[in-house]
Amino acid sequence: MDARAVGKPLPHDSAHLHVSGQAAYTDDLPEPRDLLHLAVGMSSIAHGKLRELDLSGVLDADGVVDVCTAADVPGENNYGSIVKDDPLLAGDVVQYVGQPVFAVAATSVDAARRAARNAQIVCDELEPVLDPLTAVEQASFVLPSETLVRGDPDVALDQAPYRRQSRVSVGGQDQFYLEGQIAMALPQEDGGILVYSSTQHPDQVQSIIARATRREAKDVVVICRRMGGGFGGKESQAALIAGLAAVAVDKTGRPCKLRLDRDDDMIMTGKRHDFVIDYDVGFDETGRILGIDFEFASRCGMSADLSGPVNDRAMFHCDNAYYLENVRILSHRCKTHTVSNTAFRGFGGPQGMFAIEYVIEDIARILGIDPLEVRRRNFYGKGERNVTQYHQVVDENLAETLFDRLLESSDYARRREEIRDFNASSRVLKRGIAMTPVKFGISFTNTMLNQAGALVHVYKDGTVLLNHGGTEMGQGLYIKVAQVVADELGVTIDKVRTTAADTSKVPNASATAASSGSDMNGKAAQKAAARIRKRITAFAAHKYGVSEAEVDFRGNKAYVANRIVEFPELVREAWAARLPLSAAGYYRTPKINYDRSTFSGRPFLYFAWGAAVTEVVVDMLTGEHRLLRVDILHDCGDSLNPAVDLGQVEGGYVQGVGWLTTEELWWNDRGELGTHAPSTYKIPTCSDLAADFRVELTRDLANTEKTVYRSKAVGEPPLMLALSAFHALRDAISTDDRPLPDLQAPATPEAILRALQDEPDE
Amino acid sequence: MAAGTIRFVLNGEVVETGVADPTRTVLQFLREDRRLTGTKEGCAEGDCGACTVVVVDRSGDDVEVRTINSCIRFLPTLDGKELITVEGLRGADGALHPVQQAMVDEHGSQCGFCTPGFVMSLYALYRDNPAPTRRDIDDALSGNLCRCTGYRPIIDAAQKMAARDDDWDAAAHRKALQDVGRDGSLETGRGDDRFFAPRDIGTFAKLYGKHQDATVLAGGTDIGLWVTKQHRNLGTVIYTGNVAEMLEIAKTDTHLEIGAAVTLTDAIPALLGEYPGLAEMFERYGSPPSRNAGTLGGNIANGSPIGDSMPALMVIGATLVLQRGFSERELPLDAFYHDYRVDDLKPGEFIARIRVPKAEDGDIVSSQKWSKRFDQDISAVCTAYRLRLDGDEVADFRMACGGLAPTIRRASQCEAAVTGKTWDEDTIETACNSLERDFTPITDMRASAEFRLVAVQNLLRRFWLETQGEIDTTVYGYGR
Repeated sequence: MDARAVGKPLPHDSAHLHVSGQAAYTDDLPEPRDLLHLAVGMSSIAHGKLRELDLSGVLDADGVVDVCTAADVPGENNYGSIVKDDPLLAGDVVQYVGQPVFAVAATSVDAARRAARNAQIVCDELEPVLDPLTAVEQASFVLPSETLVRGDPDVALDQAPYRRQSRVSVGGQDQFYLEGQIAMALPQEDGGILVYSSTQHPDQVQSIIARATRREAKDVVVICRRMGGGFGGKESQAALIAGLAAVAVDKTGRPCKLRLDRDDDMIMTGKRHDFVIDYDVGFDETGRILGIDFEFASRCGMSADLSGPVNDRAMFHCDNAYYLENVRILSHRCKTHTVSNTAFRGFGGPQGMFAIEYVIEDIARILGIDPLEVRRRNFYGKGERNVTQYHQVVDENLAETLFDRLLESSDYARRREEIRDFNASSRVLKRGIAMTPVKFGISFTNTMLNQAGALVHVYKDGTVLLNHGGTEMGQGLYIKVAQVVADELGVTIDKVRTTAADTSKVPNASATAASSGSDMNGKAAQKAAARIRKRITAFAAHKYGVSEAEVDFRGNKAYVANRIVEFPELVREAWAARLPLSAAGYYRTPKINYDRSTFSGRPFLYFAWGAAVTEVVVDMLTGEHRLLRVDILHDCGDSLNPAVDLGQVEGGYVQGVGWLTTEELWWNDRGELGTHAPSTYKIPTCSDLAADFRVELTRDLANTEKTVYRSKAVGEPPLMLALSAFHALRDAISTDDRPLPDLQAPATPEAILRALQDEPDE
Repeated sequence: MAAGTIRFVLNGEVVETGVADPTRTVLQFLREDRRLTGTKEGCAEGDCGACTVVVVDRSGDDVEVRTINSCIRFLPTLDGKELITVEGLRGADGALHPVQQAMVDEHGSQCGFCTPGFVMSLYALYRDNPAPTRRDIDDALSGNLCRCTGYRPIIDAAQKMAARDDDWDAAAHRKALQDVGRDGSLETGRGDDRFFAPRDIGTFAKLYGKHQDATVLAGGTDIGLWVTKQHRNLGTVIYTGNVAEMLEIAKTDTHLEIGAAVTLTDAIPALLGEYPGLAEMFERYGSPPSRNAGTLGGNIANGSPIGDSMPALMVIGATLVLQRGFSERELPLDAFYHDYRVDDLKPGEFIARIRVPKAEDGDIVSSQKWSKRFDQDISAVCTAYRLRLDGDEVADFRMACGGLAPTIRRASQCEAAVTGKTWDEDTIETACNSLERDFTPITDMRASAEFRLVAVQNLLRRFWLETQGEIDTTVYGYGR
């Protein structure tokens, strides 16, 4: 029997706990004696100077113990990780509706939330900037605009036989993790503090708390066993929640927990950036892009947060799988008086890809050829036309391969015909189909973040305890890394326990983000396990007088030449011989280098690829629509766990469909978000899944880079497969006299009706 | 049992507890008082389903097993019932329940936070329906949001879970329910926060006459939010859910009489028996947990301008029997609303039952929703029609709309433009124009004023097309 764990579709390590309610999330942990519960008082205006903060009504309310304002932050009042422009609590100015102004600590959640409503916050209102275009007009930016140029786009545009200039917008998206933001902080002896935080980035929570409370990193321990979803929303934002809890601990001397109500969470914390995209494209009669000029204006909100790298990634992904020989990308990072936008699965990549795919569809519709052909016409080449606009060579190119396979398995050509016939005879309902590729760069664009650590202990009974810097948010990181470690030590998966991400076990860990979790932590853990394996191997070889090559471990047994020794027995002997059975592992991603000042280099170790065909039906009277059939082929290299990876592909696709269809963020003219709960903000539900849903992983395409078991990252890339759904909708509503419907994302029923109401194209 | 104590079964054990705050939610009780933290809070408004639990209640000689949202359900409403949470599903041998095992086998959980809620919705489906279709599953899970999986593995689990039997013993549950049952009214609470759950309508009327500023509580799918979101003190609460007369569905020669406390889950099949044209609207109406708690009377009394049952009830001529003390009066539903959340009820008066005329031969009745998402979404626009034709001529036409005005109301200009005319495209176009005089909608997060009008006009066009035998007029059932 093959005892290997890697490559097996093992269930999530917590699956049996999830289904029985025994998986403990932060709010499920036993509460310490004297725990106080926090609620946050928020700004009700978008922009203003804070004139008076009267909290007497808050303090007088039942159950209230204390309040914290900006003045109560002992150290640095900031949770911004790159630019220090994110106050934990607003000081002089408020810059968005929902910005935390104070925190109240009370003996129950209810008491705290009721009391928070009693505050008198008096502001002198200032004119807010509420949308990215106004921000561009007023040069209101959180960071300087950036330009990336390759070739000579102006000349190429001038000389192109065809040219189109237009604008399209794509909406933001709330992460809508099912578990809202939460942290519980406990005072420890000698000035220490212990924080349970639902965070993708314990290290950052640690350093923000250290700076905010005048501690050193050694005095702050941050632990996260699991999150009830993250999706980027708990990368930087968790530090706000945990930071407030820590400040309250110092003010009150008691343990404090802050669990945000769903509405407060959606109003207070950042989302995916919405973009306005201007494009000017020149192309030839075959659909090949000759020159293109993009101008992106993204809503960053009131602070920089992660908007720099998010917008950089949009610039890096507005090629998707296509060679843009002459290109200019101008990227504005707009400051608006709305919540500061942040990481969300794809991290700017989806918006960049949205831009180029919209352009591709325009070209096809202007020329009257199948968009599929225009896509093929522009794919990166092999050996030529294979350098990205940021000068990285695309050396492993799977676009054609995936398209060829999917074209056949999805029966695209026949269905295209069938749809044409259906639409000719159907008055109200129209169907549409589209096939889109995904190429997504894997690595943090900031090279220094591409490092990871792990810690592996082998106990005397032969069982293994694993810890690494990665966090578990449902993506199956813990089981995948455990599979790697199990195989390295030749034990079965049930002998490996993964413990909570913990800043006191593995220090200085990067965020679990950029899809890098299993690539980096898998390698680091593998190295730690390999060190122990090496020691035991040497011990066994010496003890039994064989060469090290004759020692192997599998299925909880050691094979020493022709002898079989139980692994626990050998481990115990190694311990008795005084060998260290614990090791740390460390990994840094090789080959990458990148100069941000010139936007050039090799920011990514490799690319993950995918392709999707989506077919939809649209009600031309109401704009309502359904997905009918979805075919996906996605590249995970040699998958560490095909069941987990399939889950990422399917879930990412559906989440992407939500972004592009039902999930609409709506602000009124005062800058108040109107869609701040599931009653008003609509993520996909069960019936939105296409009746015919066919998802395959490529099984035969190992990563050409030496990643852990030649696997590939899978967290973010599949989200962008959903672009096929958006373009299927646009296909369904385009007609001979309106070949270029002006469809904006998200394609809500109203957005579709708007597109249908526009004047027919000339 | 001490006065004011409530008693119910929790995962097989009888719980007796006093009630200091009658608006304490079942979720708070589970998580904070009992440390049963398997049930999660995702939204505290009954929309995400992470808090889904199952309530077992007597139903004739059998028991019924229904999901509810514990986050907006007040604890004293459980008196005399049985509550099952995710912690209560394992078999006697400690093994995972077949539903739980199927979720593990099919990789139905990722982050796991929504999972207990899904498991409970699947459990109710498992009890009810051994061979669910995809559409049954979609409906059963329409009140549960998952952000990780994309639902495919959960659907697979739903299709495979019935392959294993569990150790359900209906008689034992019925016995347990009998043991915790109560004969008379429940009165509990403390100080000004009283909670009354009378058993008969006479007692109800008397109590409400005495406490005219009391909050009348039915399913609590909106009132729950007054507490969890607005932190309102409800003062005295009088619960309709145990009032025998208000739980009845009676059929006369001319009418269906639906008690005001009949849940939507029970009322909808009765209404569809008469008016099958309302099927699509009711399939899109809420979700099982909200329909299991929510009542037809509550939907009407709550008076939301976007309530989905009222346009249909208006066009079919439903009337309300309003009771105060021992006197009753009957009022057409379309005369009930005066303005935004202002209705015709007098102090101490309440809706006792809804009288729904039986369908007349030849009447065409339909109701349509327009919203961003198909399932469990509040309508941006909801319409209903009753068309009575005399040959090609319209003998009578009624149309009522939600989402276009401060109240649900009839489209009188549009009705006038159609009645007496030929039922043809020209008439419909005239009618569409008249809708602009009927309604001046507002822009909000659900839709703009401009496109609410476009939508209602197109919905009317679609209704006309459907009467012309046009098929494929809605994407809802297409390809399913």
